Amino acid sequence: MRKEFRLAGEGGQGLITAAIILAEACAEHTDLNAVQTQSYGPESRGGASRADVIIADEDIDYPEIKRPEALLVMAQEASDLYVPGVADGGTVIVDTTYVKSVPAVNARIIRYPISEKARELGREIVANMVALGLLVGVTKVVPEDAVVAAIVDRVPRGTEDLNKKAFYAGIEAAKELQSREEGD
Amino acid sequence: MKDAGPKLLQGNEACVEGAIAAGLKFFAGYPITPSTEIAELCALRLPKVGGKFLQMEDEIASMAAVCGASLAGLKSMTATSGPGFSLKQENIGFAVEAEIPCVIVNVQRVGPSTGMPTSPAQGDVLQARWGTHGDHEMVVLCPSSVLEAYTLTVEAFNISETLRTPVILLMDEVVGHLREKVVLPSPQELVVKDRELPAGAKEAYKPYAADQGRIKGVPPLARFGDGYKFHVTGLTHGEDGFPTNSPKVGEKQIVRIWEKIHSRRKELSRVEMLYPEDAEVFVYAYGSTARSAKRAVKEARAQGIRACLIRAMTLWPFIEDVLSDVKKKHPKAVIVPEMNLGQMVRPVKRVIGDACPVIPLNKVAGQLIEPEEILAAIKEAV
Repeated sequence: MRKEFRLAGEGGQGLITAAIILAEACAEHTDLNAVQTQSYGPESRGGASRADVIIADEDIDYPEIKRPEALLVMAQEASDLYVPGVADGGTVIVDTTYVKSVPAVNARIIRYPISEKARELGREIVANMVALGLLVGVTKVVPEDAVVAAIVDRVPRGTEDLNKKAFYAGIEAAKELQSREEGD
Repeated sequence: MKDAGPKLLQGNEACVEGAIAAGLKFFAGYPITPSTEIAELCALRLPKVGGKFLQMEDEIASMAAVCGASLAGLKSMTATSGPGFSLKQENIGFAVEAEIPCVIVNVQRVGPSTGMPTSPAQGDVLQARWGTHGDHEMVVLCPSSVLEAYTLTVEAFNISETLRTPVILLMDEVVGHLREKVVLPSPQELVVKDRELPAGAKEAYKPYAADQGRIKGVPPLARFGDGYKFHVTGLTHGEDGFPTNSPKVGEKQIVRIWEKIHSRRKELSRVEMLYPEDAEVFVYAYGSTARSAKRAVKEARAQGIRACLIRAMTLWPFIEDVLSDVKKKHPKAVIVPEMNLGQMVRPVKRVIGDACPVIPLNKVAGQLIEPEEILAAIKEAV
């Protein structure tokens, strides 16, 4: 088994952190293997940002991904650039706060106002955790408690509760969206 | 960081943890992408283990500070990338000539000049060998994984300390920034070597007399501050450390510092061979490119092609013996994928000669070579 995930948006949205937490959850709290890579421009804020995670139950030789099974896009530019590359039959999670149009692809598109939800919870900076909750809730690639353990390890002291709350908000949203899909 | 069990670690972080496990006590540097995390983490970690971190005014001064700290007895390291590596070359030569143990990390990015700061390349493999002037051997180690960024950093220190020489750890952006699951060796499993200190009378100490110590061709090194008075210079010198113009004394010294490494090239050779037994097509690869090559060789085997990976962890001294053995196996081809326009392919070609085609596979787009590209080259070669 080798599964490829891509988290894409703008610098400052915390997508590299979210990717590290996802990889860390697998590496440190399950028997799965994981690697995480990233691509970013020279800017310290803004600019396109992309973080990739490969989760596998075997050796991961080639550490980069080409056609992710699951893709998160949190900026219009990221949507335009990366959605066409998603694997056939894969999943695209779209932050409708910033992404207004999604190229047509043969994949399941999940739309949710991720950043708006984070604002409601208190601070937009935890949008990455709402997104991670959605990603984990939809793909079920790793147990929720493994991710929570990784969140607590990684986020700044004193922000654990807000980050966990945001993650669970994402998990809940995934459940709702899925039951709505099943109801269709 | 958690103490035991599997963890997710970045290549640059693993390098720092390896250095500290090897006894690093001094880091001087000037942060530059994609090596910056090494400086950041040294600043955080070194004060907690009784070490010192200095951010210097530039790379030249960083390398000078590393030389000074090492002469004072501390295991010392610096880290940089392309433009900084160029600036460090003069003082790396000083460390070669004055026989100062130290480790220089270069996390390669695309060049020439400032190039592409956040993108990977392997364009410095010949510079690492010959970047500083004059006749000298150089030890250059090259990790392909996060775990190796740790273990080869420990080895770099061990080699540097025992042979009194600078050692270059040549990473690339992919390995430096990659995070992967690793289980680090426990402190008990690690072999950590220290430089040999002089034993005789302080007044009689000769800093460059190679017959005084246990390690052939390597003079014991006193710590500045311990009361041994000695002279250190970049000029060719005699056993007392003072400059000489004597052809005989000068040549003896130049040959000795070359020979102490050259004569040990076999024991310095670190190579992983994957499926060597019945192979007919060989792939020589190193650094992150070797990961793609490994994938390609596994895939070739799955398709019934008898391919073999020669993964070099030691780039310099060149693994001549290994390639000579490959030559004896009557290979159909040796493929050399590199993120440069063909650098290590030259020493490979020099050993293989006309025995079979030596095929370069090159990319300088700031992107890792893909397994499919190497597989296609393997298929074409059989």
